[in-house]
Amino acid sequence: MTALAEIRDLSVRFISDGSKVAALKGISLDVVAGECLAIIGESGSGKSTLALAIAGLLPGSAKIEGSIDWFQGTTGEASAKAPPSALPGISPSRGEIELSSPPSPITGIVERAPAARLPISSLEGEMSGRTEGGVTERQPSTIGASRIPLPGRDIGFVFQDPSASLDPVMTIGKQIAEVAHTHLDLDWPQAYAKAKHLLQRVRLPYPGSAMRAFPHQLSGGQKQRVAIAAAIAAGPKLLIADEATSALDTIVQAEIVALIRQLVAEDGMTLLFISHDIALAAELAERIAVIRHGELVEIGMTAEIVTAPRHPYTRTLLEAHLGLDASPLLRRTPA
Amino acid sequence: MSPLRRFLRRPEAAAGAIILGVLFAMALFASLLFPGDPQAIAGPALLPPFQDWSLPLGTDRLGRDVLAELFHGARTSLAVGLGAAAAALFIGAVVGTLAGFAGDLVDEVLMRITDAFQTVPSFLLALAFVSVVGPSLGVVVAAIALGAWTGPARVARAEVLSIRERDYVAGARVIGMHPLAIAFREVLPNALPPVLALSSVIVAAAILTEAALSFLGLGDPNRVTWGGMIAEGRTVLRTAPFLSIIPGIALVLTVLGIYLAGEGVVETTAVRRSLS
Amino acid sequence: MTLLAVSDLTKRYRRGGKTIAAVDGVSFAIESGETLALAGPSGSGKSTIARLVLRLVEPDAGTVQFDGDDFLALKGAALRARRARLQMVFQDPLAAFNPRATVARVLDDPLRIHAIASGAERPASIAALLERVGLTADLAPRAIHEISGGQRQRVAIARAIATNPSLIVLDEAVSALDVSVRGQILELLLDLQARERIAYLFISHDLGVVRAIAHRVVLLDAGRIAESGDARAVIDAPQSAIGKALVAAAPRLNSTRP
Repeated sequence: MTALAEIRDLSVRFISDGSKVAALKGISLDVVAGECLAIIGESGSGKSTLALAIAGLLPGSAKIEGSIDWFQGTTGEASAKAPPSALPGISPSRGEIELSSPPSPITGIVERAPAARLPISSLEGEMSGRTEGGVTERQPSTIGASRIPLPGRDIGFVFQDPSASLDPVMTIGKQIAEVAHTHLDLDWPQAYAKAKHLLQRVRLPYPGSAMRAFPHQLSGGQKQRVAIAAAIAAGPKLLIADEATSALDTIVQAEIVALIRQLVAEDGMTLLFISHDIALAAELAERIAVIRHGELVEIGMTAEIVTAPRHPYTRTLLEAHLGLDASPLLRRTPA
Repeated sequence: MSPLRRFLRRPEAAAGAIILGVLFAMALFASLLFPGDPQAIAGPALLPPFQDWSLPLGTDRLGRDVLAELFHGARTSLAVGLGAAAAALFIGAVVGTLAGFAGDLVDEVLMRITDAFQTVPSFLLALAFVSVVGPSLGVVVAAIALGAWTGPARVARAEVLSIRERDYVAGARVIGMHPLAIAFREVLPNALPPVLALSSVIVAAAILTEAALSFLGLGDPNRVTWGGMIAEGRTVLRTAPFLSIIPGIALVLTVLGIYLAGEGVVETTAVRRSLS
Repeated sequence: MTLLAVSDLTKRYRRGGKTIAAVDGVSFAIESGETLALAGPSGSGKSTIARLVLRLVEPDAGTVQFDGDDFLALKGAALRARRARLQMVFQDPLAAFNPRATVARVLDDPLRIHAIASGAERPASIAALLERVGLTADLAPRAIHEISGGQRQRVAIARAIATNPSLIVLDEAVSALDVSVRGQILELLLDLQARERIAYLFISHDLGVVRAIAHRVVLLDAGRIAESGDARAVIDAPQSAIGKALVAAAPRLNSTRP
């Protein structure tokens, strides 16, 4: 197991009208490269805050403590190229790296230094957090302008409400092409071609005409497909789906979950699936983390969590699930 | 943090509040500081300012105390501004709520009436109204409100149209609430904030319109007004420009103060909404 | 006794020159004290039916018999008076109340409008209502936006039962709640039904919840009835295409994929 991100003692507080509200309290967990990790919690548990923190999308007013360290190499494979970029496009030579953004204590890319390492190029020398001599040593960088994974390019984010995350006055094609144009250095015709290909991949009916459609002309499920297409347009290594199916009905939800599963497998993405529905998460994820009141209650393999939960709260969630095989609450008294 | 403190932390809002505070103080203490008729002769005619400290701002063509006139004029300006704005907001909110909530024919009729009022320039409307009915404070207030209620009506209607589709309006119908009670108890209070945001613009415009009417000699002849003072000073503009400049500055500062304070209120409430 | 009989209910909308039937010739009946679920995917017309039955929207065709009377013929004051017998709980309890309201005001409205309690008695009646739904009277002065989602939905139920209705329409009433709260609210609804013989028209897209609480179910697809019958029988062995699709799509805990 190779960690894509190591989250250590992550606490987030919001200041609202003078009083501090703790949204996350000392969360520590690893996101393993290539896995499907579900984060389960009820409303107010802090699960969305965690997703936003990982994506680097928390508002400036949030007080963040702890660290999130990113490891971009996967063992062995990244050493052949310089600079290694398992997270595509994070290279200082492109001049788009976080020079303008304020240094954040929680984010920073650290490379796992592989055993056989090429001489450090001048290019790579600019990167902070690089280990000089360590063979397998990882040196988390928590200071300085490190290479931070960029939302949109290195991290794809799918929100709950696609009508709020899509621009209502921009065509579907343009919205997706814009991501490709911005992050992949494609010219506009290439970006549009890429967008059309992505619409085919998310299996939107009539992708050609959908390119020219506006969000309001699509159904909720179709909008969510478009949002997913935009999220994966730049080829991110990590896809975060924050309650991405909660606003949809059961049938469309199952379709979107199947789509996400397929895309993640095809592109070798890591998936962070944020949900309130433990059964839905169990269908998709290899590991489940349960969060309550901003604290990590339990994390484990899906089968263990579902069949042998250790924490009583997890048990409560499992018992509260009303599946089609649950015993009915209705005591059959003749009406 | 209390809304008041948040409001006062904005420098422009604080400046607006100070100007308005001074204005209110002038209006309140006018008859205490300058008892008697401000239009009575107080000294020699056309005394320039800062010459005689019993008449600090000098006197006008007829020897009236300019400072006393300024204080009493603040009263008229505030009374007209607030009165006209309150009347305009009230009429606008009621018309807009009825139009938006009733829909169909009522909406059509009320909005065409609104259109009719909006097509006539509001100043001409006020001018015509005062010329026909005769100048008095109440008539001036009514005349200005007549041209100013259409904006609030349109904003209120737009707001009501979106609110009436909300679940809580359906909920009020389900429990059998009377439509008028739904319109004025459930919908209107929630439609008010954007309508009230217009109030600073309306107050400022009303004060300017009143000044313009007075300048044209259509103000209440029994009251001192800043517009009337400017008109008075116009005839001696070359020899005694201060007679026009002093009330002019008062007018500019007042309008500025109202805008700044109004903007501060809108921004403070917007911050509070985004926090909650 | 048949409490509500809906027959051939039809509602069409015009959209972009085309007429779409949101509800197309739907008929069903509810006995008193019974829970009938309307289930289906979004766009199947189930929420429109709820609004038609409550006359929040007027149907284009069909009849609604409630308590033996033609409910669609009622107008003005007579309709408002009859509304006491037919109540509704919405999906999002925050949207279902005036954002400025307090718990007390929300519960005061039905008591005042239908003259169920005089002004002096109302604080006591409000306290009693809160207790009937498992809340305490000290919640009364609180603002609606201050209390938790579960408490809010209990207040919504308290408001619905304030007028002693014989039927409550529950439009996705537990869909927005956390699962742990959802179970408690479902228990509360069942308790009320057992004690006061209230019938429910339970609208949901979640077959798991429908199976847990409903006596009978009507499955809707594109505004028409696809299938209906005993809730457990239909859900355990659906015959219609939409029934099969809904059952297949329901997440299952014990079918964990690798």
